[in-house]
Amino acid sequence: MPKILSIVETAYRATIEEQDDTVLWLSHMLKKAGADISILLRANAVNYAVKGQDASGIAFGEIKMARPPEIDKDVAQMIESGMAVFVVEEDIKDRGLPETELIPGIRKLNRHMIPHLLDQHDQVWHW
Amino acid sequence: MGKYVLIESRAPFDGPDSEQFYELAEGLAKRGNETTLFLIQNGVLPTRKRSRYNGMLSRLVESRVRVIADRFSLRERAIRSPLEAIIQADVDTLVDFILEPGTKTIWH
Amino acid sequence: MAGKIITIAIMDAPYESANSTSALRIVQSALQKGHGVNVFAYEGAVNLTMKAQQPHPNPVKGTSVEQEQHPTTKEWIAALFKLAQEKGAKLDWVNCGLCVDERGAGDWIEGPKRGGPKDFLEASLASDATLVIATK
Repeated sequence: MPKILSIVETAYRATIEEQDDTVLWLSHMLKKAGADISILLRANAVNYAVKGQDASGIAFGEIKMARPPEIDKDVAQMIESGMAVFVVEEDIKDRGLPETELIPGIRKLNRHMIPHLLDQHDQVWHW
Repeated sequence: MGKYVLIESRAPFDGPDSEQFYELAEGLAKRGNETTLFLIQNGVLPTRKRSRYNGMLSRLVESRVRVIADRFSLRERAIRSPLEAIIQADVDTLVDFILEPGTKTIWH
Repeated sequence: MAGKIITIAIMDAPYESANSTSALRIVQSALQKGHGVNVFAYEGAVNLTMKAQQPHPNPVKGTSVEQEQHPTTKEWIAALFKLAQEKGAKLDWVNCGLCVDERGAGDWIEGPKRGGPKDFLEASLASDATLVIATK
């Protein structure tokens, strides 16, 4: 089975309407379908590696959002399912994200190691 | 080593992401991969002579990255004589590169 | 060197991004060379093939509908299906079903079919190349 790396860069794009990040969702679905797929979070998407994301409370008139996205839980589940989830270390630092706030199991990667990571995979999908 | 086609559709004037994509191309080439950077859409904007990214693009070529600009995108933006180091080609060439065995293609 | 297969995943809705035109240019080029193309239309890209798309006049230019000849992506894609047939190449277009449902985009032109992530994975694994053109 070829090794696939999904690079996720855009964060919080339509995540309320969709109730999740649709690229992480797709990647997780592909894993369930048997794909050997890993995730690299870069740029703003490194924020997906943070514990305690809370998107609850959205309502329009009488319609309250019953199931808001829980991206931190989605990422934790992906890690639990055996998916490697990497984050670019410099992007974490640029955004002032402390180590203690990262979801357990997240793997940090220095930017200069990205070519190495790409070489280790058969396909690279950049979202 | 491997083959990569990196397709850059955005301009570095928009933010740091495109520069980092150039750096990725350089990093892959330095590891001995055959690396092509295909500029399309606004990705061709820095190829205009005297743009502040001419130096960076020339450095990529010196680092053995094949830098190609999409002819249509250049014409669409009236870039009549882009930086000499850049090869001009069409999407047909891009498709040929993408379908070369062993190639990984990454769109940014 | 015809006869290869490329799988392309797209996400952009029509009229929102240059990505859609570039993706179709790549599809066309591949078909013209006799290669097979699998398209997985995800998210807003499922709107590219909606039957209800209508061209419109241009009040700024003072053109009528007929004069303006405003393109619709459904027409472009229908033309690509026709091209594929002429070239003896296969164009397989899958609209992601859940994306279709949430957008009400289920009434599409002849050619595309409903599918899901599994179709994308299977197409990708069976292809010579996979290209993901994501939205920003």
